[in-house]
Amino acid sequence: MKTFSIGGIHPNDNKLAANSPIEQFPLGESVSISLSQHLGAPAEPIVSKGERVKCGQLIAKASGFISANIHSSVSGVVKSIAPHPDIIGNMVPHITIDVDSRQEWIDGVIESNEILREIHLNPKEIIERIAEMGIVGLGGASFPTHIKLSPPPGKKAHFLIINGAECEPYITSDYRIMVEHPEEILIGAKIMMRALGVPKCIIGIEGNKRPAIEAIDGIASLKYPQIKVVPLKTRYPQGGEKQLIEALLGREVPSMALPIDVGVVVQNVATALSVYEAVQKNRPLIENFITVTGTSHSIQKNLKVRVGTKIDSIIEKLELPQEPLMKVISGGPMMGKAISRLEATTLKSTSALLFLTAKESKRGEESNCIRCSKCVEACPMGLEPYLLNKLARANRDEDLEENMVQDCIECGSCSYVCPANIPLLDTIRLSKSKILKLLRSRPKK
Amino acid sequence: MSSTIFITVAALTILGFVLALILYLVAQRFYVKEDPRIDIVESILPGANCGGCGYAGCRAFAEACVKEEDLSSLFCPVGGNEVMAKVADSLGRAVVEKKAQVAVVRCSGSCENRAKTNHYDGYTSCAVMASLYSGDTGCSWGCLGHGDCVAVCEFDAIAMDPTTNLPVVDQDNCTACGACVKACPKEIIELRNKGPKNRRIFVSCVNREKGGVAKRSCAVACIGCYKCQQACPFDAITIENNLAYIDYNKCKLCRKCVPVCPTNAILEINFPPKKPVEEKRVETL
Amino acid sequence: MNSKLLISPAPHIHHNNSTQKIMLDVVIALIPTILVSILFYGPSTLLIIAIAAVSALAFEWFIQKYVARTKVQIGDLSALVTGLLLALNLPPSSPWWLVLIGSFVAIAIAKLSFGGVGQNLFNPALVGRVFLLISFPVLMTDWSIPTSWFGGADLSSGATILSIVKEGVKEGVAVDQILSQHNFTFQELFFLRVGGSVGELSSLAILIGFIYLLIRKVIKPHITLSILGTVILLSALFWWIEPALYPHPLFVVFTGGIMLGSVFMATDYVTSPMGKGGMVLFGIGIGVITVLIRNFGVYPEGVSFAILIMNATVPLINKYVKPKKFGRR
Repeated sequence: MKTFSIGGIHPNDNKLAANSPIEQFPLGESVSISLSQHLGAPAEPIVSKGERVKCGQLIAKASGFISANIHSSVSGVVKSIAPHPDIIGNMVPHITIDVDSRQEWIDGVIESNEILREIHLNPKEIIERIAEMGIVGLGGASFPTHIKLSPPPGKKAHFLIINGAECEPYITSDYRIMVEHPEEILIGAKIMMRALGVPKCIIGIEGNKRPAIEAIDGIASLKYPQIKVVPLKTRYPQGGEKQLIEALLGREVPSMALPIDVGVVVQNVATALSVYEAVQKNRPLIENFITVTGTSHSIQKNLKVRVGTKIDSIIEKLELPQEPLMKVISGGPMMGKAISRLEATTLKSTSALLFLTAKESKRGEESNCIRCSKCVEACPMGLEPYLLNKLARANRDEDLEENMVQDCIECGSCSYVCPANIPLLDTIRLSKSKILKLLRSRPKK
Repeated sequence: MSSTIFITVAALTILGFVLALILYLVAQRFYVKEDPRIDIVESILPGANCGGCGYAGCRAFAEACVKEEDLSSLFCPVGGNEVMAKVADSLGRAVVEKKAQVAVVRCSGSCENRAKTNHYDGYTSCAVMASLYSGDTGCSWGCLGHGDCVAVCEFDAIAMDPTTNLPVVDQDNCTACGACVKACPKEIIELRNKGPKNRRIFVSCVNREKGGVAKRSCAVACIGCYKCQQACPFDAITIENNLAYIDYNKCKLCRKCVPVCPTNAILEINFPPKKPVEEKRVETL
Repeated sequence: MNSKLLISPAPHIHHNNSTQKIMLDVVIALIPTILVSILFYGPSTLLIIAIAAVSALAFEWFIQKYVARTKVQIGDLSALVTGLLLALNLPPSSPWWLVLIGSFVAIAIAKLSFGGVGQNLFNPALVGRVFLLISFPVLMTDWSIPTSWFGGADLSSGATILSIVKEGVKEGVAVDQILSQHNFTFQELFFLRVGGSVGELSSLAILIGFIYLLIRKVIKPHITLSILGTVILLSALFWWIEPALYPHPLFVVFTGGIMLGSVFMATDYVTSPMGKGGMVLFGIGIGVITVLIRNFGVYPEGVSFAILIMNATVPLINKYVKPKKFGRR
């Protein structure tokens, strides 16, 4: 099976929620939708307090070139437009809407679950529709999809890659949508192929998701010959953009460059599904798939949650057990963010809520580096984390740049393997942002 | 036997002389002409090479002093006014007098005053913690307690107090070089005038939240209530974004603002304790 | 929710390995070698090994606690490994005080004075051994097999076959003649040949340890294989040119400390390069120097010196031989 060639680790899969079919999480009393749900400038609200909104109605407009629209995920009355904490405690403007009992959708949305296969829009219209519907990349980065599907002049896409790797342990939301909605994903991919004008598409799925590979390949081989399903070896970080492109096509994205520079556009399977919904059913992105999991409890679920749902309401409704000291992570255990404010709400990009006990997640005591080079072996970008950490702690900016700290994809493999429990990524991440700032401020030659 | 010794001694002596001659000639040939005043100024400077002056070491500062006509923009915080006077003297220029300054930590959010709302388990660095999230207390502006400021100080002038988890400045060692000011990711440390008799008054808070929110997170937060500004007879206090700030150049150390602060956010350093007001005896007939 | 939340930067999970577990794996890999030596050299080797191990830990504890006043880290077992490796490099009749001196030099001078674990430039066990070799040349080349717990020479000589060959060649006798004189067989060499330092007895025991370390992913095969490969190729070249003077490559590989050195000493994490290319270069260097010392040097065996010399080049190798970076094609 194909895989990437440099580095990588193999943590325990722990796909405990793999066999839980997707359930709709019930609506609560209100939702608080963040205006900063995507890379780029926050959206600007176009509704005001007291206004009645319908489900799927545009409530905030994209502002600036890199930005996305935001739609109401419920129908009800706008209660407030005010700062509210996000998962890491920053106060960010949110639109809070009180849910009413009517739950109406806006006009034009096709609510039935029938699979619509004919694509009626041309490429330009597809991109406009995607932008209108507020679709952002659901693989974690939340990059506005309509921008990714419009390569800048001078750059052409030759391949579309759909990322079905889901290499992080615990998360199974992508797996479930591949098993339960395979054809919709394929249609979504076909739509994006038309938008980009590419003849070929590859869907990469890790080998530990056999049923998903069979489900999608079963339909693709019959009805969608231009889309190929390629199984990948189960390794972390197989789902990293650069690693995925290298495994599937053998092309390496150069330092400080983007996939489009090697003629590739990568999109997550969930994004493909949202594109299908947007283009075929006129549905904006108002709910996403979240895996609720952890090894310390038996509640393993894959939920369909409306954007803006309070995280503590999910915990309460599911009656998740609470330890005196625990970690709640938004995302996977390798790259997810530890939540410090449970009253924060779900975003479009929230993919999982992972509950780890203190024993599972508390860090060991740091000791001296024994130069075992396990971090060097693990780094998928071929960097030397032990060296970067040492240079970062000594603030040696020139040497950091020379050792390519800006190439770090922050996957966490180095910190994971270090036998001396050195928090390598903590310091590397900080100096990476410092060096990136420096590099971007330099005048281009 | 003796001829061996003689030849050895003679050979080494001649070799020594020849090499010394070569070294002398090379030194002369490659001599770098520098203004001799740079050496004189450098010898006056403290030689700590701390960068507090803004230059890359004492020699670079000495070069700058010699090059600039006007010394008013140059100041060595370690040597202070004494050293700058000597430097000005040696160069025959006007002396520059600057008020002595000291680093001031503007946060009193100790463990007692500011409750922890979560437990941080990452690398012990304020910079890492600040870039990660809003902190392990309700106040996202206050001191994080991991001592980035302590790590950069080259003069042993700042240390963490284990009982309060806040940094404490040793005013005798502090040279106001500014390293801790730059190191603090929350911009809590400020260089302020040391003051006559080392007395100074400042608002020990940098929280810009609305009063109610600030007070909920920390018992001694500044709530932006304007009482201090009203009390100040010298117009030294400004309130911006719910935070009071005392201008150290305007402050006359009259101490009127300190007791009116409802949260005791304003600190007065090195003042004698106020005498308790004697009760007036009421004479009864 | 009434729990207190733990916050840290990602990643939030960790592999269950630790420095201690790795060192423990090395100790386990050494067990076959240790057992064989105790069985065939007698109980006094157990004493040597025990003194070396315990004193190494004791010296490290004392110096870390009272001299350097840093955290005591003997729990990571790196001193234990150093002690055991030192013991395996000593002659079986070594007196207890020799072991102590060697242990002190290895721990206090070669390891702790450089800054502790991870900071030393030279392999501590080898520094101890070489120090003893140079300071006590007679004791360190006395290969007699002890009869009792506390040493004491005996009648049956356990002189290393290497030193016999070296002496013989010096006297002008051809190598194969020397070997046949001493009833030498290759099988003996591989499985068990009594004669040499505590760890030199059985190449098979060392190989078992090597395979264990590979399975447990403690070491990569690059250093060991490049040393052995270079030694075999280079000594084959010499043997092919002049078989009377230079011994057969298999003889070279299985005698002296080459097996022990290439599997346990050269692969020490701290003193070997970080990248695979560097490791191969390191191994080739050791192999070349070893063969040169063996064939042209005064000492009959040269792995220890070769490894120490190459240890000094490791920072340079690390600086210039970098692992392959992504995006560089």
